[in-house]
Amino acid sequence: MTADQTLLDPTSELSPMQRPRLARPSSLEGLTIGLLDISKKRGDVFLDRLDARLRERGLAVKRYRKPRFSILAPTALKQQIRAECQVLIEALAD
Amino acid sequence: MQPDGLIAVVKRDCPTCNLIVPVLRQLAASEASLSVYSQDDATFPDGMSSVIDDTELDHSYRLGIEIVPTLIRMKDGREIGRAVGWDRAEWEQIAGLGGLGEGLPDSRPGCGSKTDEPGIAERLAARHGAVQFQSRSVQMPSFADPVEVCFERGWTDGLPVVPPTPERVFAMLKGTSRAPQAIVGQIPPDYVACTVEKVAINAVMAGCKPEYLPVVLTAVEAALVPDFGLHGVLATTNFIGPVVMVNGPIARAIGMNARGNALGQGNRANATIGRALQLVVRNVGGGRPGEIDRATLGNPGKYTFCFAEDEEGSQWESFAVERGFPRSASTVTVFVGDGATPIVDEISRTPESLARSFAACLRAAHHPKKVIDVAAFLVVTPEHARVFHDAGWSKQRLKTELEALLQIPVSDLLRGAHGIEAGILPQDAPDPNGTLPKFRTGSLNIVRAGGSAGKFSAYISGLGSITINPVTKEIAP
Repeated sequence: MTADQTLLDPTSELSPMQRPRLARPSSLEGLTIGLLDISKKRGDVFLDRLDARLRERGLAVKRYRKPRFSILAPTALKQQIRAECQVLIEALAD
Repeated sequence: MQPDGLIAVVKRDCPTCNLIVPVLRQLAASEASLSVYSQDDATFPDGMSSVIDDTELDHSYRLGIEIVPTLIRMKDGREIGRAVGWDRAEWEQIAGLGGLGEGLPDSRPGCGSKTDEPGIAERLAARHGAVQFQSRSVQMPSFADPVEVCFERGWTDGLPVVPPTPERVFAMLKGTSRAPQAIVGQIPPDYVACTVEKVAINAVMAGCKPEYLPVVLTAVEAALVPDFGLHGVLATTNFIGPVVMVNGPIARAIGMNARGNALGQGNRANATIGRALQLVVRNVGGGRPGEIDRATLGNPGKYTFCFAEDEEGSQWESFAVERGFPRSASTVTVFVGDGATPIVDEISRTPESLARSFAACLRAAHHPKKVIDVAAFLVVTPEHARVFHDAGWSKQRLKTELEALLQIPVSDLLRGAHGIEAGILPQDAPDPNGTLPKFRTGSLNIVRAGGSAGKFSAYISGLGSITINPVTKEIAP
């Protein structure tokens, strides 16, 4: 037997990847803000309030909703949000 | 490559090998190119100069030795003759020499080669590359404690694991006919392709025997069926974790416990199969507590929660049969559970009374006012089952009775009712004078398990949202 011992890696062996966050906009002026309701109860209460506050400031707001909170957002929804907004707020109020 | 000439493979532990020592001396005296490979003791046979130490068994492995003594003749690097055990005529023919072993019996069977001993066969196969593992090899210095290395690398659930050496993984893979690189599925939350090999590695760490591997593989597959909602199960703040229930002949074959303490500790198959599924989720899927696993409290069953349904001791159809599988099928069911809640009724002797006890306890699952997003597996034990059997109640009859008993008056469920703020909103109950079912259709199931003494049953409650459902899969033969 050799001096070294060997174990087999039980993990997915994903290389950790660091992706920098997108730079935060310095101002919301002229941007469209998406509000994503993940379909968890009372999230809409919080988003309704945000919606009103943002509109008071004259900002453009669009609303989106995931079919269920326990699944990933469908690709089409993610693409739609990306096409229509520059900023997205995803809210949870459990 | 072996040298030309005669090769004899022997071990001291074998009486036949000891018997034929005079023959080996005859051959050594007559033919210069006799090599004797000794498997267990390099000084056997005593005083012979041509003995080669094969205690590492590499020569024996390459020569494919199954029995000792074995006599082989090599010519031009190829084997041209082999005698297994002692047989004078065969040995004389291969040696090309008459008069071998005078006074010895004509023939005598040999003993098993050391290469076939448990644990050794796997080590040799791994060392000689019988399986090409795709997983990364993690090298440790010889002084490192492999158990501690597994902790340091974050591979454990908090309890020690069996270090996944190539030898152990090789042995584990013998438990399935599936190819090591076959894909079992994509494990959330990272959704990385999980191979049979990765499941085998985690099954080794969980402490499984190779014969449990088909159950573990099927449990992983069942948990990946979208109906089960594994991503939600592991990411939720809720208490739940996967519960594995095994039906059919395989449960007995691998020694699973369906009787006394079926939901408790002490049975290797029960304990390690459930743990293997959770280690796959952790290590391959990346679902770790404090990260994607956001459980507020969790439950002890998240280490392992696995049992077999007691089919032999039951007069009711098993859960798998209810689901349309034949009795002869071996299946794995995964459902979500947050622990076992006792139902203690030592008095009821009529099915009507006992059903009411069950209903009263089940009504409290999660909260007496909770009527949505709650599911349960009711585990009925032998002493309670007998009450229903004696009265001729089928499982379906009990289900129907419970369904009726678990129609809860809306007035009990409303917010503020009974001085408790929690509850449902009036708009969720169209008829304020009506009732609502505690469990949505199909989310209360009944199974049989448990020891013969004790008028106790239990229910395993769990999140019952429409995205999280029990899944049953047949174990591939």
